Amino acid sequence: MNSVETLVAQIQGLSGSISDVNQLHSLLKQSEDFFQSESTRLASLLTELDPSIHSLGYLYILEACTSAPISKEQASELVLSVARFINLCAAEQIRLAPDKFTSVCKRFKDQVMLLEDPMRGVAPMLTAIRKLQLSTEHLTTLHQDFLLLCLLAKCYKTGLSILEDDIFEIDQPRDFFLYCYYGGMICIGHKKFSKALELLHNVVTAPMSILNAIAVEAYKKYILVSLIHLGQFSISFPKYTSSVAQRNLKNFSQPYLELVNSYGTGKISELETSVQANNEKFEFDQNLGLVKQVVSSMYKRNIQRLTQTYLTLSLQDIANTVQLNSAKEAEMHVLQMIQDGEIYATINQKDGMVRFLEDPEQYKTCEMIERIDSSIQRIMMLSRKLTHMDEQLSCDPLYLAKAGKERQRFDFDDFDTVPSSKFTI
Amino acid sequence: MDAEDDATGQMIEDEEIYVNGGEDGDDSKRHRPIISGEQLDIEAYAALYTGRTKISRLMFIAEKCGNASMQLDALRMAYDEIKKGENTQLLREVVEKIDGRLGPNYGPDSAWADVVDRRAEFRKEKLENELNAYRTNLIKESIRMGYNDFGDFYFAHEMGQFTHVTSYVSKAEQSQDALDPVIIEKLRCAAGLALLEGKKYKLAARKFLETGPELGNNYTEVIAPQDVATYGGLCALASFDRAELKSKVIDSINFRNFLELVPEIRELINDFYTSHYASCLEYLGNLKANLLLDIHLHDHVETLYEQIRNKALIQYTHPFVSVDLHMMANAFNTSVASLEKELEALITNNQIQARIDSHNKILYARHADQRNATFQRVLQTGSEFDREVRAMLLRANLIKNEFNLKASRKH
Repeated sequence: MNSVETLVAQIQGLSGSISDVNQLHSLLKQSEDFFQSESTRLASLLTELDPSIHSLGYLYILEACTSAPISKEQASELVLSVARFINLCAAEQIRLAPDKFTSVCKRFKDQVMLLEDPMRGVAPMLTAIRKLQLSTEHLTTLHQDFLLLCLLAKCYKTGLSILEDDIFEIDQPRDFFLYCYYGGMICIGHKKFSKALELLHNVVTAPMSILNAIAVEAYKKYILVSLIHLGQFSISFPKYTSSVAQRNLKNFSQPYLELVNSYGTGKISELETSVQANNEKFEFDQNLGLVKQVVSSMYKRNIQRLTQTYLTLSLQDIANTVQLNSAKEAEMHVLQMIQDGEIYATINQKDGMVRFLEDPEQYKTCEMIERIDSSIQRIMMLSRKLTHMDEQLSCDPLYLAKAGKERQRFDFDDFDTVPSSKFTI
Repeated sequence: MDAEDDATGQMIEDEEIYVNGGEDGDDSKRHRPIISGEQLDIEAYAALYTGRTKISRLMFIAEKCGNASMQLDALRMAYDEIKKGENTQLLREVVEKIDGRLGPNYGPDSAWADVVDRRAEFRKEKLENELNAYRTNLIKESIRMGYNDFGDFYFAHEMGQFTHVTSYVSKAEQSQDALDPVIIEKLRCAAGLALLEGKKYKLAARKFLETGPELGNNYTEVIAPQDVATYGGLCALASFDRAELKSKVIDSINFRNFLELVPEIRELINDFYTSHYASCLEYLGNLKANLLLDIHLHDHVETLYEQIRNKALIQYTHPFVSVDLHMMANAFNTSVASLEKELEALITNNQIQARIDSHNKILYARHADQRNATFQRVLQTGSEFDREVRAMLLRANLIKNEFNLKASRKH
């Protein structure tokens, strides 16, 4: 029978070549029950193993000892040892048992949260994701945990580093929803509104068969960010949105849709009435900060509109048109916008006139050409990806079986050809 | 009561004299202009129409004019007209509105109503029987004729349902070779009205402009030639560009005949074309009150007027690099401040490419830099495409995932 000693010997002996590790993996899987029963005694074994060499064995033992509930004092210790393991372990070994690795990491996250010190988890989690994922296009279950820790620790920048990767492969729809939702919030925190819009848009339009709370909250934020960033919000959904979302989301977001309506009038006073009326609901949803940004974005939007129509306009006229209290206040707004590069203008303080200028960008610089070139390259890459995926899908037996079955009912002659026209998303 | 009637009659006659003796020449003696700057002359107006439209137009005026004597006048004429027809329902309506104000002669005539109702019932039955007989005999031509009779009977009830008019007209046009010119012109008018109702002013204008002189007074149960000129002229003014206005309206010999019937419209179109905007807008202002009493046009007057005014503003600014707002305000008979607001709206909607120098009160044309705009658009389209494709790939993956999951659960 297996004993603790033989187990350690096996782990130490079989951690060299790939075939050895595979053999070890099957041995470990067989001793799953043993791990369960012996979980309390296993912790001491960890000292005999080197996490960078015996990663797989270490992982199994670590998983077993973390499964039992522990006290707060032990938690701190555990966090340390798991963080050490994550940093040292060999990626190719732990990828053999992704479930074990994920569960260890999730417990790690829970402990960090329990200690109310999310900052401690951020760096190890990032390493864990990088080690676990086969390519940067792969969305792991750990992504959302990492983003949550970033949010709680306010490490928005670290969070952004992972959001810059293009994600295409998804294991669990739920991971994807949370990844996009938390990701959206991190982008909002960093005022990267267009990226935030993209992520939230993905949640709202994702295929779903039942409505979930993540989508509802994402939709609310989507409305607000859309107003801040684009100055408008289209009530209608894109046609690929799931029917569940199309039917239900609006019912849950009435105060937000009212806000959209009052924003559409272009009048600050109406917007503020609407904000006042639903103040509690916004606060309850923890969106009050965003709502305030919506209000201040309206001043900007109105001033921006003036730059399209006027060459010169007095500060007093600006204040009157956009409903600011005084010329002084208008000056502050205009100044801020010039500083942020949102408008091009000069202020003549002598006679209180603002002269609006055209966008100085002439699209002649090397940087601009490079930007366009890289954009073209990217789009070519995406097109290739699309073609590749189309090809792959048209060879997928599962898809063919389904498509073929549906086809047969209508037209038997077409059965043998691949109905690529059916490939609509 | 009688005295009051006489008084209004007197007033109308006075007006007639004034209008006739005023600016109109010999031509307008037969086809009097229905629209003038003064209060609408109901009797002359009503004389232009026959049948059901006369009644509904009169009742419409009665409802909208807000002038007691005019209202009663209109109702009286409507009552007389209904008596000639067979519609008892309408009579009841009118009587209710008159409310005894026109004396005992204009009360509910139940005897007449009963007779007419019975006659109508009888005729309906007869037609139905005939139709059934035809059907059993399976004579195709007779069935068609039977339906025609039936159709005539119900025709009156279907008026006002403009959505159907378009489809009927297009159906009828397909067999046009078999139709005589008068019918063709009638169809064009009907289509024009339907399009006007559907707010498709440009298409409506085209239809009215195509209408030929064969129409004459043949379609007065729906539309008078004067209306063709008014509707067509205003719609054209609101929706056509300069070139089209010149070629299809001003130079059109065909439409000129119609315009002669309503000199005001002719004048204001010419004013518009020769850029006498103040005079053109003045004409429009004078006509407005009466146009609002027109059963077909009243809903569209505001929109058409706004479009015409905007067009005038756009045309005025178009040839210039810079425009002095003071002079422009003079030309449009308005103040600089309100002109500035109007221009602001037009620029915001991208209808005028210009910017206002509010300091010096000058409008500067702004020639968009095509090159920069193209670059901007290219970059934007690129990033949109990027985003869309990625989102699509993601969705495809999610669907695939879910599908695979379902499939594996099944096996």
